[in-house]
Amino acid sequence: MKIAVCLKQVPARDTVLRVNADGTWIQETDINFEVNEPDTYALEEALRLKESQGAEVVVCSLGPARAQQAIKEALAKGADRALHLDDTAFHRLDAYGVARVMAKALEPENPDLVVTGLQSDDFGFGQTGVILAEALGRPHATIIMEIQVTTGGIRVKRELESGWFQWIEMSLPALLTIQSGISKPRYATLKGIMAAKNKTIRKLGLADLQLSEKEIAPRQKIIKIYPPAMSAKTEFFTGNPGEIAAKLVDKLKNEARVL
Amino acid sequence: MYEVLCFAEHQEGKLARSTLEACAAGQRLARDLGGSAGAVILGSAISSLASELASLDLESVLVVDSPDLRVYTPDGYALSLQAVVEQLHPRFVLFGHTYLARDLAPKLAATLERGFISDCLDYRCEGERCIFVRQLFQGKFCADVEPQGEPPHLVSFQAGSFREDSVARSTSPAPVKAVAVEIPTAAIRTKPGELFREARQSVDLTQAEVIVAAGRGIRAAENLELVRKLAEALGGELGASRPICDGGWLPMDRQIGSSGQTVAPKLYVAVGISGAIQHQVGMKGSRTIVAINKDADAPIFEIASYGIVGDLFEVVPPLIEEIKKAKA
Repeated sequence: MKIAVCLKQVPARDTVLRVNADGTWIQETDINFEVNEPDTYALEEALRLKESQGAEVVVCSLGPARAQQAIKEALAKGADRALHLDDTAFHRLDAYGVARVMAKALEPENPDLVVTGLQSDDFGFGQTGVILAEALGRPHATIIMEIQVTTGGIRVKRELESGWFQWIEMSLPALLTIQSGISKPRYATLKGIMAAKNKTIRKLGLADLQLSEKEIAPRQKIIKIYPPAMSAKTEFFTGNPGEIAAKLVDKLKNEARVL
Repeated sequence: MYEVLCFAEHQEGKLARSTLEACAAGQRLARDLGGSAGAVILGSAISSLASELASLDLESVLVVDSPDLRVYTPDGYALSLQAVVEQLHPRFVLFGHTYLARDLAPKLAATLERGFISDCLDYRCEGERCIFVRQLFQGKFCADVEPQGEPPHLVSFQAGSFREDSVARSTSPAPVKAVAVEIPTAAIRTKPGELFREARQSVDLTQAEVIVAAGRGIRAAENLELVRKLAEALGGELGASRPICDGGWLPMDRQIGSSGQTVAPKLYVAVGISGAIQHQVGMKGSRTIVAINKDADAPIFEIASYGIVGDLFEVVPPLIEEIKKAKA
């Protein structure tokens, strides 16, 4: 079996983000990046399938040079090799463009299974995986909580609203988007980190993939980003912790009347 | 001109709340664009649902009624919806941002080679331009997003962005039109099973009057004890955001948010919860919301009645003491 894991590098969750000069994105200098958390669960599923079924795990990531850090982390955890999709033409692609580029890169790989996180922590579109499935001409299932390998293909547990679930059977090749919390993602071991140094990261750009910029032209454009408006009615308390506690309890008792 | 097509979801023979919200959004958007809105419903033996949908103020209701659509499959639904969209040429196709829409809409968008602006909170029209507002970075920022290229543009709205009771109804029913779509058996590549729930939920947070919920900010499982003590002092239930339950620190039935329980207690205390939209969806109906978070920019403060920007480990212990005093 060959499994492709699509993962993305995003600003770290605890990083303080600032809007850039033209107000269309964040300042990407001097901030920390990490692997998109939902994607770490997708990688973990791929590695567990590798251990239980035997598989080659190929990481596919689109991003600038810094994305190599995310790729190396995945290789250190046990992925076998990687495709790094890097080209100035790939900057600021939307989900449609990213999926089209990934499809071109993965077509010759012809993986049996493609897995990715259900959404990214930055854009949060939650679409790249599904568009990629369509571009590769494969069936998909989203927000998956369990994967079972059957004789003819796979059986997966799909999460639905309000605690409902559904099992879905499908043949391979297929694509799954993985829900966070499906398992406990592993840490890289020292041995893994050493082994990763000898693993291949293949860089691919627009020309290598025989794509035109027109084919990946954005279908949507962010024209402005800004901090959300605070609710005018939020009352903030300041002071030392004791004073804050007294003020809040007074409000809860006498204004909100919930104590 | 057909400006907006609203996608109607249904479960167990009833129109979903997301359907009414999508139609409310669609009616407003169509009016702003000087055109009309219609709705499309897919399923098997759904004539009564179609009639119910036709009681809304819509130009028409399109129906694809086929035994192959008895249960949702991305292939069957996308094929049917594509046929309707290609027949009507709407400028926008609107969805509620449900699990089904998240599975279906990107696929349809890819087939049509069009964009899908997902999980929007609002929109505004500036002349001919339509600008959609959605969140980025887990709610830390908002973005104005504009569709590019040829229509149709697919858009989904977060639950509660438009009120279901704001949907306009009509005294004369909208015409119901059947659309015949051939769905080859081989076209449906996934075999869905019946829906099920895990072992009965032991905690029904929806009935709680007071909920104290813990988030990522508590940092370690052993710190849950502090939050539990706060809940006890307030006589409330303990809840949590998704990462806490994902980490196994609390069972899944304590989870509040889009994939957990939706609650609306009299008092909701969010401790170390940043308030990503997936969490807010599950608790924003609470009457009084207290947020304690070290990050002044945390989205939870957007909806809080009372806010404390500070270290929860310093703030919560004196708070427990004050509450005990007040209750004594």
